[in-house]
Amino acid sequence: MLKRLTLAVMLGLGVSTEALAAGERHGGTLVFTAPYGSSFATLDVQASPNTQEEFITQAIHRALYDWDSIQNKPVLELASSEDVSDDGTVHTYHLRDNAVFHSGKPLTADDIIYSYKRIANPKNAFPGASYIAVIKGADEFIAGKAEEISGLKKIDDHTLEVTFVGPINPGFSLMQNTTVIYPSDVKDEASFAKTPVGLGAFVFKEHIPGSQVVVEKFDKYYEEGKPYLDRIDITLMAEDAARDIAFRNKEIDVSILGPTQYQAYQGEDALKDHLLEVAEVYTRTIGFNPTFEPFKDKRVRQAINYAINTPLIVERLVKNKAYPASGWLPLSSPAFDKDKAPYAFDPEKAKALLAEAGYADGFEFEVTASPNESWGVPIVEAILPMLKKVGITMKPKPVESSALGDAVTSGNFSAYIWSIPSGPDPLNALRCFLSTTPPSACNYSSYANPEFDKLFRAAEQERDPTKQSNLLRQANNLVQDDAPVWFFNYNKAVMAYQPWIHGLVPNATELAVQPYDEIWIDETAPDSRR
Amino acid sequence: MLRFTLRRILQVAPTVVVVALLIFVIFSVVPGTFAVSLFADGKRAADPQLIARLNEEFGLNKPLMERFATYVTDLARFDLGTSFRTRQPVVDLINDRMGASLQLSVAAMVFAIVVGVPFGFLAALRPGSMLDTTTMIGAISGLSLPDFWFGLLLMYLFALQLNWLPSFGYGDGSLQNLILPAVTLGVTPLALLARTTRAGVLDVLNADFIRTAHSKGMSEAKVVRWHVARNALVLIVTTVGLQFGSLIGQAVVIEKLFAWPGIGSLLVDSVAIRDIPVVQGTILVIVLWFLIINTAVDLVYAAIDPRIKQE
Repeated sequence: MLKRLTLAVMLGLGVSTEALAAGERHGGTLVFTAPYGSSFATLDVQASPNTQEEFITQAIHRALYDWDSIQNKPVLELASSEDVSDDGTVHTYHLRDNAVFHSGKPLTADDIIYSYKRIANPKNAFPGASYIAVIKGADEFIAGKAEEISGLKKIDDHTLEVTFVGPINPGFSLMQNTTVIYPSDVKDEASFAKTPVGLGAFVFKEHIPGSQVVVEKFDKYYEEGKPYLDRIDITLMAEDAARDIAFRNKEIDVSILGPTQYQAYQGEDALKDHLLEVAEVYTRTIGFNPTFEPFKDKRVRQAINYAINTPLIVERLVKNKAYPASGWLPLSSPAFDKDKAPYAFDPEKAKALLAEAGYADGFEFEVTASPNESWGVPIVEAILPMLKKVGITMKPKPVESSALGDAVTSGNFSAYIWSIPSGPDPLNALRCFLSTTPPSACNYSSYANPEFDKLFRAAEQERDPTKQSNLLRQANNLVQDDAPVWFFNYNKAVMAYQPWIHGLVPNATELAVQPYDEIWIDETAPDSRR
Repeated sequence: MLRFTLRRILQVAPTVVVVALLIFVIFSVVPGTFAVSLFADGKRAADPQLIARLNEEFGLNKPLMERFATYVTDLARFDLGTSFRTRQPVVDLINDRMGASLQLSVAAMVFAIVVGVPFGFLAALRPGSMLDTTTMIGAISGLSLPDFWFGLLLMYLFALQLNWLPSFGYGDGSLQNLILPAVTLGVTPLALLARTTRAGVLDVLNADFIRTAHSKGMSEAKVVRWHVARNALVLIVTTVGLQFGSLIGQAVVIEKLFAWPGIGSLLVDSVAIRDIPVVQGTILVIVLWFLIINTAVDLVYAAIDPRIKQE
């Protein structure tokens, strides 16, 4: 039973999936909530980068790799084993010989080649194309300059050789929602959006647009004895308050909690023992634009970090539903440095740094912010008096979420507050600070430090995971010292679950997305679920 | 009557054209694009290549006038375009949601009429009575309550405490699932109808022709049935029409709260992610719905009161 175990604690205790799922019971209906919008954009998940569609993926589809929340890394899913060349660029996958699509078609190497070509097809403009770009020859295919992806080679029906552009871990790219495998014998590709067919543990049954997707157990699923559930109702519920009532009324089995609900649930005996928490791979920050004169000086950026009482904001405003950030890489990252302390709250040091930088009288700047309660205008308003005390006048510039994305990616800001992915792949997360990464990608603060570049390039070539993590840790600490951002917090995702639900895992990439084939319901569930 | 009907229907067309143009202009100038908004939730880093590919595919790189020409041409062919987000025809997306929207609006309006009109009528017949005072306090409360809060209150009471009704969702479209959202949505028009009916009936009761009817020795019941009800009906029908026409648009909050799959929630999702073809199509349908209801109301006027047709 998972009871308020954080990922760190779980990993520390060595808790395994098997231990969590002891005494499994077959049968029942899970009512799962999809909280990120009031509709699914499409059932053709290869076409959609939205988190909302990942709920469908988990039930119906499978990718070559999958994220293992317990090991905290991508693992092989559709292949039983792989051989890797000495230089780490060529992976030969031995595909599962018992994996079958819901249509009855067995999985072959052709399906993977077909799927990757469909995802990378320039005419489709699918979001997963950038993930397929890790395969050799994909860039030419995406640009429309090649008919095939040269790095994909079918050896036989169940053996696929893939050549990658470098000695990367391809799991991070090929485990995505947008890189799942579809059957190559489809007659009409438009049918993927209406009646999806996949390799997952559940078969598509019904979609009521704007309401729910219903899936049922797939009897020929390749994992023996799984799934446990007979049916899942994936229900759309975007409103926190409505979800709260439905959860308390036992109409839904899980609910993702916001800060206010988290605080309330912690105070209630009936609810507090069934909260699953994890440090997700998102870092909340205020990013500084170095074209704004004061932010060119590292001491000014550091002064802002010293001037803000981050733990106080995390405690009072975010209701402890976050971990104060001590750098860019989050707690769940393999390259996280647990010995590195966050910037201390020290207004005197902040004043001294500002004086050294020639801003003893302070300055004024504008921060672009969305209305988000955890990383938007409410946080900015809490910071205003803290910065004022060291002489800095900060003005919030409220914008709607879409406009925030527009402003940040186009460099149209002095500062911005946002939540930015910082994992699960530490290499990819830190790539955002490489001097060659453009501001329009994710180097929003136009960070450039030759020492960082050197460490990053060395990590990129390093094949030993421990040595690679050490290099990335040093690079991460360099970023913390340079302070291109105010390091605010790492999100603590919290899921409340009913006492009869078992098999949930602390998924650091997105807690709301759970492996449905692992979940089971015990006999204490209400009749409607059993 | 035919000429009157035709004239009213023809008046709808220019309104639709003006609204369509306004929608295009507004969504051409608001900041944010579909491609960029894919990254707005902070769940993934911006991908400039994908942004460029999507802008290219959806023609967002083309000059404004060229996009406008395409929009107008498509509209003239009754083609609302293809959704950026779902890559399906906008008409299909609206069709998928229209049934649930109509179901909710009709149920809310029926609830408002069945409860609001009789109470307003009875309150006017006995001004100053306990019934009148209670009805008016109820009506003012109904108008003042925020929908969202009232919905949560109903959920708390009827789902969590009494366990009579489901707190959310469409289910299989059954009455059980419909009751709470319909009552929540219907409470504002109910309050408005009760107040309007009371005011309308009181106005008629003080008119000269009512005194004449009484002086002719007509019974109270006949006066109310033949003169008061019929004359007050024009005002009631106006209120019903205006409220009914705007209910689909007003249902946005209720749909989000109760996870009801109507076009209101489709509109909100589409605005947030700048799925412009869906936004344009949905708003047009809401406006068209409003115009159709109001045209229907005009026609009903003419049937109730021949003087309107003459004018």
